[in-house]
Amino acid sequence: MPVRDFLSTSSKLSPFQPRYEHLLLLVCVLGTVLPLGVDCNPSAENHQINGTQKKSFPVLSFDYLHVRLPFEIALWILLASLMKLGFHLIPRLSNIVPESCLLIVVGLLVGGLIKVVGEAPPVLDSKVFFLCLLPPIILDAGYFLPIRAFSENTGTILMFAVIGTLWNSFFMGGMLYAVCQIPGTGLENVGLLPSLLFGSIISAVDPVAVLAVFEEIHINELLHILVFGESLLNDAVTVVLYHLFEEYAGVGSVTFMDVLLGVICFLVVSLGGVFMGILYGLIAAFTSRFTSHTRVIEPLFVFLYSYMAYLSAEVFHLSGIMALIACGVVMRPYVEANISQKSHTTIKYFLKMWSSVSETLIFIFLGVSTVAGPHQWNWIFVGCTLLFCLVSRVLGVIGLTSIINKFRIVKLTTKDQFIIAYGGLRGAIAFSLGFLLDKHHFPMRDMFLTAIITVIFFTVFVQGMTIRPLVELLAVKKKQETKRSINEEIHTQFLDHLLTGIEDVCGHYGHHHWKDKLSRFNKKYIKKCLIAGERSKEPQLIAFYHKMEMKQAIELVESGGIPKIPSAVSTVSMQNIKPKRALPQLSKGKEEEIRNILRSNLQRTRQRLRSYNRHTLMADPYEDAWNQMLIRRQKARQLEKRMTNYLTVPANHPDSPTMMRSRLSSDPQGYSLKLNSGNVPAIVVDPATPQSPESMKLLDESSKPGEEDQGIVMRAKLPESSRTDDNVFTPGEDSPKEQRLIRCLSDPGPPPEEEKDDEYQAFLN
Amino acid sequence: MGAFHSRPDENDIRHLADKTGFSVEQVEILHRRFKQLSRDEDTLQREHLYGIPDLECNPIRTQIVAAFFDKRNFDKDSPQGTVQEIGFEQFLTVMSHFRPLKLRMTEEQREQLRLEKLQFLFNMYDLDNDGKISLEEYRHVVYELLSQNPQIGNESAAIADAAMLEAATICMGQMEPDQVYEGITFQDFLKMWTGIDIETKMHVRFLKMDNTTLCK
Repeated sequence: MPVRDFLSTSSKLSPFQPRYEHLLLLVCVLGTVLPLGVDCNPSAENHQINGTQKKSFPVLSFDYLHVRLPFEIALWILLASLMKLGFHLIPRLSNIVPESCLLIVVGLLVGGLIKVVGEAPPVLDSKVFFLCLLPPIILDAGYFLPIRAFSENTGTILMFAVIGTLWNSFFMGGMLYAVCQIPGTGLENVGLLPSLLFGSIISAVDPVAVLAVFEEIHINELLHILVFGESLLNDAVTVVLYHLFEEYAGVGSVTFMDVLLGVICFLVVSLGGVFMGILYGLIAAFTSRFTSHTRVIEPLFVFLYSYMAYLSAEVFHLSGIMALIACGVVMRPYVEANISQKSHTTIKYFLKMWSSVSETLIFIFLGVSTVAGPHQWNWIFVGCTLLFCLVSRVLGVIGLTSIINKFRIVKLTTKDQFIIAYGGLRGAIAFSLGFLLDKHHFPMRDMFLTAIITVIFFTVFVQGMTIRPLVELLAVKKKQETKRSINEEIHTQFLDHLLTGIEDVCGHYGHHHWKDKLSRFNKKYIKKCLIAGERSKEPQLIAFYHKMEMKQAIELVESGGIPKIPSAVSTVSMQNIKPKRALPQLSKGKEEEIRNILRSNLQRTRQRLRSYNRHTLMADPYEDAWNQMLIRRQKARQLEKRMTNYLTVPANHPDSPTMMRSRLSSDPQGYSLKLNSGNVPAIVVDPATPQSPESMKLLDESSKPGEEDQGIVMRAKLPESSRTDDNVFTPGEDSPKEQRLIRCLSDPGPPPEEEKDDEYQAFLN
Repeated sequence: MGAFHSRPDENDIRHLADKTGFSVEQVEILHRRFKQLSRDEDTLQREHLYGIPDLECNPIRTQIVAAFFDKRNFDKDSPQGTVQEIGFEQFLTVMSHFRPLKLRMTEEQREQLRLEKLQFLFNMYDLDNDGKISLEEYRHVVYELLSQNPQIGNESAAIADAAMLEAATICMGQMEPDQVYEGITFQDFLKMWTGIDIETKMHVRFLKMDNTTLCK
């Protein structure tokens, strides 16, 4: 079993890691010091001895073999995670050196240690790499791919990925062959096809390395998506070229027919991979439509279907990476509309976790494999490889950009070109592909591997470390850290429609027209099939708005009502925008009336509750409701100072499914309380209730009939008064207007200090 | 501007090209389109634009058509108001707001282009020409955007309010409870768009070569 091979000798790893010393020491002590039968196989012994001699029952035995495999895997992953932890504890290091470099160094150290012990260090097994380590990273990238940026630059990305990689492979292969032919280098046995094969392996930009480095430099979205998109889409080219050359390197020659077949193969591989991904993505979206009753396993569907897409693509030797990307991209909008908020968070964090662990493991193993692998160093070969890599990349980018800029509206500047060229990092995929080469067909495999590793080291260390200061130096535009706001969404949608309209007026079908058509097709047919219930008809703006509300509410709840940046809290409230529509001035008489009604209601309920004994009635929802209402009012006082106005009560409007689902799914008792409080709607966020920690309940205040919807009506901002938390009904030093408002809602009655806490505290306790 | 004869002569084309920034071929192609839309008349009217079939499913169709007839878009200093029909030059001027960036543009030119584009957008929102986008106008915009969906209900008002509040927060920061925020002025509008590269987003690809138009 391949995994066993690569883990075969890491059992001796443990004694040399100071962190695992304790564990092993304990085990060894227990295993060796115990006088009683340290016995692995008591039953066998008894059989042999015919049952006359009774062996003492082994209280404790040491049997490592049967857990060895999972134990070692867990140990490696633990090591990787602890390394990652360690790096971030050292503050300055992570700013200077990218994580990938540090991890490779760690891998080198670990490999060195293993070698010192005398064991052969494990090498990164290609099967493990392609089937276990790579998919999580690619899925993470594909699921969270910024679609807008990607689709706007698809042409450019494809040009770089396909033509750029082809150019790189042939240039490298050709030049290396030429160099090898120079007499006296000792490399004459490297034929043309092996060189081309080597060129194709080494020329592909690696997504793992690019992700690892680019994530830390926060470059602007355009460049990020160009380099990253290229690294993802060049997989198809690499796969085809690799198989083509590997196949025919044995034969020794390639005919025109083979080249033609190669081109067709490329189309099949890439389009087939995408098709496979789309198929699985649609099935996953369809499945998620029915998961409303089994929310817990929703994330599992996302992961499993994506992995199946990858594996199915690999079965047919199609491009697994493209299948995975297509699956993630297609699946995401529909799945996100169907699943619960918690599942969404779960998916996000699991993907990030797995991809992070994978990445760490990959880099560590690269280091270990460097120490382990058989090397054959040849100065000329390695040096030329490095040189030609850089040269071909630069030439390729410059050449392609000059062609691409003719078709692009937003041209790529020289700075952009430099970053694109500099960001072409090679990584573990190249190594694994090289490792897969058969030693019999390719006797120079070791030399290839050495060269590949050198190039990887150079790109990751030198280019990875220097790209950040270079970005600063060249003043390349960084990523805009703007939060998505409702304004931006409105404007973006408006702009989209505007541009589509202008294109129609102009009379030609451009980019916007097709995008508009696709989105209309999507809305009309596809969404109906794949999204459950009401969500399928929800327009994007409203969905976005609800998402923002949700985020705001959760943020507020999580921060305990305290804003993150106190100084930036604005004092602007709805009053400033719609002064005329502010709360209507109540006449004194009316106010008194309302107060009386409230008081009588409260007294009544209080009396009712008093008659119930806490011990005779088990779950009294009304009592709970009462308590909750009090707690809520209390919290509302604190929160209303800081709330912004995304939260709204659709007073006469039935809850949208999002709200309903958010309320019901996390809180089974989705009731609402009605208060006779005039026409002041209020929003209450409930941070902690017995039922659910994070439920957001909407108090449906009954508004006067016939009143038009006023949108958001908020109470005026209360000044920072020194109000105690416990007392629900202390007016404090409010301005008269606010006092009136507060009284309307939470009636204190005659001097509020009298009716103080005793009774209410009794209920709260 | 006076009406053209069926085929404008060289000088006029060059003059227009210089004024609006299009190339000569683009001006010719757009002229052909103008003729097609206006059914060979010399001026374009609203009905002609409403007649474009592709435009029917566009939720902000009225506003787009109105933008063509809005005097503010013809010239920076022109008076406010609308016209009933436009000639080719005005058509071209409106279209020129959607020109993409040229590769070599100075910072100043970029800024200028950005301001022009944003002014165009602002004019589209500000229907009553008072220089501010009031809450009512903003609500109208959101309503239009959502107008194609059957079940908007009162959400559009809520969304518009939230957006307005956010805009006020960005632009004004701190406000007393008594102060009233009238509306989004052009300066505030600029502030809202600071993070976003409008000059790279708001453009339409104008063809240099004629292709047989497939629509209408």
